Amino acid sequence: MKLLRRLPRIVWAFARDYKLGAVGGALVLLFLAVALLAPQLAPYDPDTISLRESLAGPSPRHLLGQDNQGRDLLSRIIFGARMSLYISMSAIGMGALFGVVLGMLAAYYRRLDMPIMRLMDVVLAFPGIIVALTTIAILGRSVNNVVIAIGIYHIPQFARLVHGLTLSIKETIFVEGAVASGESDCSILTRYILPNCLAPIIVQTSLLIPGAIMTAATLSFLGLGVPPPTAEWGSMLQNSLQWAQMAPHVMIMPGLALMLAVFGFNVLGDELRDAMDPRLKKR
Amino acid sequence: MSERLLEIRGLVKHFAVEGTREMVHAVDGVDLGVMKGETLGLVGESGCGKTTVGRLVLRLLDPTAGELLLDGHDLVRLPRKELRRLRFRMQIVFQDPFSSLNPRMTVQTLLTRPMEIHLTLSAVARQARLEELLEKVGLRGEHRSRYPHEFSGGQRQRIAIARALSVNPDFIVLDEPTSALDVSVQAQILNLLKQLQRDHGLTYLFISHNLSVVRHMSDRIAVMYLGQLVEVASRDALFTAPLHPYTRALISAIPALTPRGRRERIRLTGDVPSAIRVPSGCRFHTRCPFASDRCRSEAPTLRQVAVGGEAHQVSCHLVP
Amino acid sequence: MGALLEVRNLRTHFFSRAGVVRAVDDVSFSLGRGEILGLVGESGCGKSVSSLSIMRLVDRPGRIVAGEILFEERDLLQLAKEEMRRLRGSRLAMIFQEPTSSMNPVFTTGSQIAEAILVHERVSRKAARERVLRLMQLVGIPDPERRFRQFPHQFSGGMLQRMMVAMALACNPSVLIADEPVTALDVTIQAQILDLIKELRDRTGASILLITHDMGVVAETCDRVAVMYLGKIVETAALEPLFEAPRHPYTVGLFASIPRLEETVEWLQPIPGTVPSPLDLPAGCRFRNRCPHALPICAEAEPPTLEVAPGHRVACFLYEAGGRA
Repeated sequence: MKLLRRLPRIVWAFARDYKLGAVGGALVLLFLAVALLAPQLAPYDPDTISLRESLAGPSPRHLLGQDNQGRDLLSRIIFGARMSLYISMSAIGMGALFGVVLGMLAAYYRRLDMPIMRLMDVVLAFPGIIVALTTIAILGRSVNNVVIAIGIYHIPQFARLVHGLTLSIKETIFVEGAVASGESDCSILTRYILPNCLAPIIVQTSLLIPGAIMTAATLSFLGLGVPPPTAEWGSMLQNSLQWAQMAPHVMIMPGLALMLAVFGFNVLGDELRDAMDPRLKKR
Repeated sequence: MSERLLEIRGLVKHFAVEGTREMVHAVDGVDLGVMKGETLGLVGESGCGKTTVGRLVLRLLDPTAGELLLDGHDLVRLPRKELRRLRFRMQIVFQDPFSSLNPRMTVQTLLTRPMEIHLTLSAVARQARLEELLEKVGLRGEHRSRYPHEFSGGQRQRIAIARALSVNPDFIVLDEPTSALDVSVQAQILNLLKQLQRDHGLTYLFISHNLSVVRHMSDRIAVMYLGQLVEVASRDALFTAPLHPYTRALISAIPALTPRGRRERIRLTGDVPSAIRVPSGCRFHTRCPFASDRCRSEAPTLRQVAVGGEAHQVSCHLVP
Repeated sequence: MGALLEVRNLRTHFFSRAGVVRAVDDVSFSLGRGEILGLVGESGCGKSVSSLSIMRLVDRPGRIVAGEILFEERDLLQLAKEEMRRLRGSRLAMIFQEPTSSMNPVFTTGSQIAEAILVHERVSRKAARERVLRLMQLVGIPDPERRFRQFPHQFSGGMLQRMMVAMALACNPSVLIADEPVTALDVTIQAQILDLIKELRDRTGASILLITHDMGVVAETCDRVAVMYLGKIVETAALEPLFEAPRHPYTVGLFASIPRLEETVEWLQPIPGTVPSPLDLPAGCRFRNRCPHALPICAEAEPPTLEVAPGHRVACFLYEAGGRA
């Protein structure tokens, strides 16, 4: 709708005023593009083994080198990007979807407030990694289970955020005006409260994605994430430990990729927060 | 000529104070009638309950007790769904133009939403009506795709008025509609409100703390103090012969615009008492320069006094 | 000359990404001893920024770019920061619109006023406290001993504003700047505070610069008035001449648009149009697009300030060569 038409101008204004954010944004876009076009970009099949070339360093045919099973690192990193981004974005998306709905309902309907938010508190009481580990232990190892495991932990984060926002927006005069106009509850939630929460939600999302990428990587590192031989940055890092002395590139390359992706999202999120905060009123 | 469009009987609203069993007596027994086509001014200082009355009348708040009849419909007992369907008949314009419009909606959406809810018009008809409304309030068609923050305070109030008008209401509550605006803009908006009332036969409840503005706009005026009505009269009667000491103090406190014509001031001592622990007897006795023992112990009631044939009500022991 | 405070050709500009806002643009006025001068205008006219400039409290992105502010023979704009700090709060005091946000909520009101004294004078805490109690009595606070120990939230708006006045007077200022001191108060309390301000002027001889948008407040308190519009002073006069015979079309328009108790009219006479954006000022006279008497020359040059009667100055081409509106 109308917002889409204004998007290019908004993006341009943001990039112009927040240079660092533009860098972050560019990195994010780069990784997204890589993730989407993985099959086209990767020079080799990430799972093709070639034991004779085990731990080979960077060469003209294998730009970043090969791992202990001779698999092309570049291809594995590219597909790893796809995997990491898929997991982290789906997990955060799931957390946002449920969290926003729960948070809004809890804040809007007094009777639901206590039960919902106390439940959120319970989940938040556990460290994220424990929640994730427990979920994997119950559901088993698979990519989608990793998504669920990480997603569950993020539901209360969004719920808390939206709960607070809804409470304050609910009291504003324009919501009162909406009631006076005869708007139904559902309408008020979707047309009045939600759009005014969007900015913080977006910022929160971009700041949580790097964490989710790391959690997925950690899970794989612990051997509980994505099952082998699927390329995923965390499992690649875990695997590389034993060869670190002999072939450091096997660890450095996925490590660098992970670092750049996390950096990009973090910086983008930080800058977005600054850009959206008081300036939202002046846009 | 007129029938009563709105009938308020025994309206009470108490707010609980968190953590205690005390109550804020925001509105404590208000009886008022609003005639079709008139502007009833509701004045008082902060904490008198006038804003709460405005909210109660539209049932944006639920009364603790009392009756509200809009053209015979009992608003208090109406179930929520029915109430929502009746809302097009009574609208409100708020004080603060900077927070009364959803910052995420364009002018177009703001004005057509109420139409979508209450009127059965095609999309084309709605757009046509939108153009009409914009013109009526002094805005232009090209403003429809802009967001509230792109407008000045005065323009936002025009948008708020257009929105109230979009569903053809009978009755509009104007809650300090110009208090947040500059004096020159205020004049434009007040003229606009008067014009619209003429053109559409609207009934207004005009709430304000500014007596000069209320006098300019209203046919009848009700004065409130600490949740109760102290005087109700026609505009001229109130200003030429105010009966209640509070009304007289209020009028005399208005700075005169003619330096030489400084009126004799009735000085009120002290501050407004708390609405939680309301004074005994007449609520005004703590600040009243004429308070007697009777005033301290016995609460007066609002009753009709015949002043030159006009219906004039006062709540004071000192008035015969 | 006897003027205690003289502002000459003050210019304070704000430098934003969108452009330069010339909030105060060549403003000159003077405040005599024991005088109450009203600085009147609507929002955006520059009256608050003028007062902040005098106190040198203008912060980025604003900056005083030109002018002189003479106080007690010295140009405030040339003083070192330390010197200015010594003057601020002692010789030059200010009270603001919102009493509830002018005081620190976690300290008692009495201690805050005492601190205002201790920062500027070498007196004992006990002596400071005594002075504060006397000030509280002066401004009409009942039961000062008890109130001294109370926190801002325990005061009503009117009472708190009285405390602010007490704080401002703590070090015997010669100039008190009051920026919309009663706008946030109810009309009966407003009357009390204005009476207080006048009484204090009579008692202490302090000069007061009263900033407001409310002509009624001006009528009740001021000796002289300066009317501002979009960063410029359009008219200066003593109280009665201004109210009885305003000259500048803007002043005339302002009076015509206010509902008055003394008369009953069907329709108000608003000033047509709206205030132009400060980023997009019209060339020549800033008021010309809304002025019913605009002349061709108004679009070409800024109007000069002319003295139409002793002490009555107007910035308008209509009065050149003895013309009248």
